[in-house]
Amino acid sequence: MRREFRAALLLASMLAAGAVIVIPPAGAQDAAKAAPKAAPAGGGGGGAYPQRPPAPAEIVSRGQALYDAECGFCHGEDARGGDMGSNIIRSQHVLNDNNGERLLPVLRGQGVEGTMMPRFNFTDQQAADLAAFLHSFRVNGYDGSRMRPDTIVVGNAQDGQAYFERRCATCHSATDDLRGIAGRITDARTLQQRWLNPGGGGRGLQVRPATVTVTFENGQRLEGRLIRIDDFLVTLGLDDGRQRTIRRNGDTPRVELNDPYQPHKDLWAVYTDKNIHDLTAYLVTLK
Amino acid sequence: MKLVQKLLVVLLWALPSFTQVDANLLHQPLGESWPTYSGDYSGKRYSSLKQITPANVKNLTLSWMMRITPGAGGGAIVGGEGDGSVTLGGGNNIKGSILMVDGVLYVSTPDNAWAIDARDGRVLWHYFWRTRGGTHIGNRGMGMYGNWLYLETPDNYLVSLDARTGEERWHKQIAPFEEQYFSTPAPIVIDNHVIVGTGNDLDMPGILQSFDPDTGERQWIYYSTPQKEGDPGLETWASLDAARHGGGQMWVPGVYDPETRLYIVGTGNPSPAYTWVARGDGDNLYTCALVAINVDTGKMEWYYQTSPHDTHDFDSSQTPVLVDGEFNGRPRKMVMTAARNGYFFVVDRTTGEHLRTMKYSDTANWAKPELNAKGQPVGDPAKDFHVGGALVSANNTGFTNWWPPAYSPDTGLFYFQQNDSYAMYYLTELDPRGAMGLGGKEEQSLGSVGTYLTAIDYKNGRIAWRHRYPGLGGGNAMGLLTTASGLLFGGDIGGNIVAYNAADGKVLWHSRVGQVSNAPQTYMLDGHQYLLVASGDTLFAFTLY
Repeated sequence: MRREFRAALLLASMLAAGAVIVIPPAGAQDAAKAAPKAAPAGGGGGGAYPQRPPAPAEIVSRGQALYDAECGFCHGEDARGGDMGSNIIRSQHVLNDNNGERLLPVLRGQGVEGTMMPRFNFTDQQAADLAAFLHSFRVNGYDGSRMRPDTIVVGNAQDGQAYFERRCATCHSATDDLRGIAGRITDARTLQQRWLNPGGGGRGLQVRPATVTVTFENGQRLEGRLIRIDDFLVTLGLDDGRQRTIRRNGDTPRVELNDPYQPHKDLWAVYTDKNIHDLTAYLVTLK
Repeated sequence: MKLVQKLLVVLLWALPSFTQVDANLLHQPLGESWPTYSGDYSGKRYSSLKQITPANVKNLTLSWMMRITPGAGGGAIVGGEGDGSVTLGGGNNIKGSILMVDGVLYVSTPDNAWAIDARDGRVLWHYFWRTRGGTHIGNRGMGMYGNWLYLETPDNYLVSLDARTGEERWHKQIAPFEEQYFSTPAPIVIDNHVIVGTGNDLDMPGILQSFDPDTGERQWIYYSTPQKEGDPGLETWASLDAARHGGGQMWVPGVYDPETRLYIVGTGNPSPAYTWVARGDGDNLYTCALVAINVDTGKMEWYYQTSPHDTHDFDSSQTPVLVDGEFNGRPRKMVMTAARNGYFFVVDRTTGEHLRTMKYSDTANWAKPELNAKGQPVGDPAKDFHVGGALVSANNTGFTNWWPPAYSPDTGLFYFQQNDSYAMYYLTELDPRGAMGLGGKEEQSLGSVGTYLTAIDYKNGRIAWRHRYPGLGGGNAMGLLTTASGLLFGGDIGGNIVAYNAADGKVLWHSRVGQVSNAPQTYMLDGHQYLLVASGDTLFAFTLY
């Protein structure tokens, strides 16, 4: 499949899914040219794979200038691939090259067998400069995103308000408990995660604790905050601050958990993604 | 059996046996020893030992405990290609299988291997590998052949040690470190083959290799994705370059069928994992599949893809299980697996013929409601990701993962541990070329609606019983063991090792040892059956006195 078509496919599927596209729809080549000026790209992930020591800046810079003139057209300005050339920062030639032993032959007449790459014949110095430039990219599996969407708010606020009235208004009110919520939680993604999972907590966000009711064989009941539970023990936090641990044996004593956020968890199987996006688009207006 | 192999078996039989593994031991059903990753080649983790029973398991008592001390100190034998400047973690977390052969336990963690007296946990020797780096996520155990051990390191070396002394015999490179492979599997010894898998998160091909146990010379290499023009499956990729960077890592050990000489292993996710544009929207063969590899030639004889065109990093690498049993009224030789994607599959292990698919998770929402004509789940593109977030079950860890399942021929039940989780998948890379590896998507967890110990009846494709681990937070439990006396052992998510009745899941015994980090195992010594389990850096051995 040609790269342009593939790119269009991804864009189309995202559009079909209602995603907001913030870059001008274009072929991969244009996008590659519009990409940020090539520089050692940051990637996620730890230092498990030691980085190469960077080559002197003037060498990398010479390499970049030569790359822009000779290679970028096919391989993209950032070497991550273009219309006719592959992503070379993940190329086995580049990754396994230590002192030019893999790259220099490629750049000095050998080309890459089985591909349409021209057989360039750079000088030794040019080839070394190009290698230094290619080696200046940090590469790892937790590849950081470069062209991030401006916002996660993609829904329709009016539809969101209608959904709120239908689904949420039995327990919540935009003028009461949720009044000003978007003023308190200003990041839209945090707000979305919060209303989807209010029990999840987060910085500055209050969580009502789950409670547990234990009914002993003699009928006596004990209620408290759930601290921990497994098949063998349950621990309650009592009002006076103490913790009380009770041994369990199957259904004796009877233990009932009450998660105040269970209705929200039940809704995960009910929402459509459109419902979620619309509801967030509405809630961000509650400043 | 080839003449050389016959002579080898005779030779090994004739020698006085010290701590050695012979071909006969490896071909036996799991019993007194534990000579390979799954106990035996079938992956059932079903022990024939019956001394511990549902009636007396409540009397299990601690025989010994010991704590490993990873690192180069304390008299460790030190090897490695690193210069000592790189220190990465993981050495103190026992996730893998522990070999038990002739009274000695062989334990490994990333960069570390120990021989331990199986009677009281005393260290006999300790080998430490100075690493060059690499993702230190875990080590799944060692392989053994005669008196030789085989260990994989995170920086991609296969190390062979003398089991008697811990001295290194040799080490060979498994995969290029610079391509960011990391090697965690337990090597599987099959006749004169040491089968070695590896892993990678940076768009590199999945590779499985066989090495000579004596010299370490490579015998064959199998790629799970097409590597050159004309290779089968290439039409399911956007380009040859995409296939050559297509993933499909085999990072968990597989199982072996001696009758067909097939090594059956699960392959991992295609890469790039999320922004799939670079690999195309085809099936991406042979990622996320059961593949059957001839152990002598390294050629794939059949495959069944359990997750075509995966877009959620839902590896199908889980160790499958070989079962001889009835299916639709007649005897079949089967292989079955509960995959990370929420579906359970049964396949004929001699031909790859599909027999059954069952959706074991009630919350899985990433696929369309109907399976396709081959019995495969078909992804719903709307649930790949979304700029505004796509609500997907499961989260990245999946409904299940590397932790070993078990199967009992007595109950006919396939046991495994599942977590029904949800997360929001946000598309964060708008570059039409997508991101590499695991990039381009940010996932924010929502939570779990249930973590279970699940028993599937493969004959009718139904859940026979399911025990929900109590609590609201969910979690993951690390693998199972079942026995011929009708017991099922496993860690729960509350810090206990638990014994259950294998027929109905009734809880029979437990001990709070801390979060169990590996699948429990059992062995016999001096007429006593032991239960062995790890919690992080500590080993616990229980027995009946």
